[in-house]
Amino acid sequence: MNGTARHILIVGAGHAGGVAAATLRQAGFAGAVTLIGSEPYPPHERPPLSKELLAGAIPVEKTFLKPLAFYAENGIAFRPGETATAIDRAARRVELANGETVPYDLLLLTTGARARRLALPGADDRRVVYLRDIRDSLALRERLTGGPRIVVVGAGFIGLEAAAVARKRGAAVTVVEVQPAPLQRVCPTEIGDFMAALHRRNGVELRTGVALTAIEPDGDAVVLRTADGNAIAADVVLAGIGAQPNIELAQAAGLAVEDGVVTDEFGRTNDPHVFAAGDVTRHYNPLLGRKLRLEAWQNAQNQAIAVAKVMAGGDQPYAEVPWFWTDQYDVNLQIAGAPERWGTLVWRGGTGDKAFTVFGIEDGRPVAAITMNNGRDMRPARELIARRRTVDLARLADPKVKLQDLARES
Amino acid sequence: MAEENWVSVAKRSAINPGDVLGVRLGEREIALYNLDGEIYATDNLCTHAFALLSQGWLDGETIECPLHGGRFEVKTGKGLGPPINDDLKTYPVRVIGDDVQIRFE
Repeated sequence: MNGTARHILIVGAGHAGGVAAATLRQAGFAGAVTLIGSEPYPPHERPPLSKELLAGAIPVEKTFLKPLAFYAENGIAFRPGETATAIDRAARRVELANGETVPYDLLLLTTGARARRLALPGADDRRVVYLRDIRDSLALRERLTGGPRIVVVGAGFIGLEAAAVARKRGAAVTVVEVQPAPLQRVCPTEIGDFMAALHRRNGVELRTGVALTAIEPDGDAVVLRTADGNAIAADVVLAGIGAQPNIELAQAAGLAVEDGVVTDEFGRTNDPHVFAAGDVTRHYNPLLGRKLRLEAWQNAQNQAIAVAKVMAGGDQPYAEVPWFWTDQYDVNLQIAGAPERWGTLVWRGGTGDKAFTVFGIEDGRPVAAITMNNGRDMRPARELIARRRTVDLARLADPKVKLQDLARES
Repeated sequence: MAEENWVSVAKRSAINPGDVLGVRLGEREIALYNLDGEIYATDNLCTHAFALLSQGWLDGETIECPLHGGRFEVKTGKGLGPPINDDLKTYPVRVIGDDVQIRFE
């Protein structure tokens, strides 16, 4: 159906948008490609923004997917600093903030997500910051100099990664988390406790089970009030409380939206001329048999590749086991699968070891896995999950049995 | 090539077929691979992020980084797509008895 498309317009020039543009050309799409993005930077990867870039270990350019010249060289009209304001689906064109309209044959929405804002009295204080884009990262890096007191709200990936960098840069770090342990949205409690211990060993004051009630200015600093009656002083407050998808364009245009632009496994929305990929999608995953929204490198990269190929005339779905990683201090934590809950756990090694792997089991089948400093296990773990078959749990728990052997059995 | 450019880096018997071994030479991290009895050598540091490929996944003639899944061809060092932008440096290898030697430029 897409063999006749002459112009593909991509709205959103983050990781997914950039990957999709490059993939269209690799897949042989010969029509025009326009890539529009609000940010001043070319498409880039976000994982370093809360790690190496924040730490000052790499220059901004190192995060770019491709050098800026790549886009012109490949016939991709890349327009940074432009914001789409409306989609006219009937006329098949997009309106920009500068008043221009851009027509399309096929439209790809890669509008991503933004940091969820702290909903507290006083949260609009200028010392409350977020970490989502390059400018946020560079601004926070600046604020981390001179040993400030930083309070991180939320012990998720972003908050903990920033806390680790802030400690390395000599800041006094307090992390406040309302849940009883870190990473509870994605990990079992044992792993949350392991990460809590890691941060405390590295000098972070981690306060779990603590809710905030207000942020008050106090001279050059602020004071965070907690529900249990305490006060925490901060020079900087970083809120890392999740992301919300940038669905407004799609919603206003009447596309199906459920906390994310709804797509099938090919990235198709309910309009045959409109596709979506990356963080903004609530997409159907045939391996999991359900729709989900992901904020992750793998999804930005590989879903965008799959959807761009479909737009160029291909017919292969996006069907991968979700995969996430985080790097904090000397720990690399990887997660495969996106279980709605962690049921039975099968351990290969334990939290007292330097490296270990743990599987989440449902009905005798591995549905999720975590590797701690044990990335070598991740590949066969993903294969085991993708097979969706029962495994011998005693053998799975035996570190002497190789995972790749288990993946080939049964 | 001058004889002194060859450096002994490991024992041949320490690298089984299908295995990868990391060795450190001064500042350099080197990965040694046994592909069906042939030994190959590359830089051990992934070109994408600070990770030792020797802790990764050797799948046939491809090494996968344990941190972020980047993949390289062992024989050529060629990066096999994102997140890899830069290829991996490879080194000439010779085996003298049980001595694996590699040559630096």
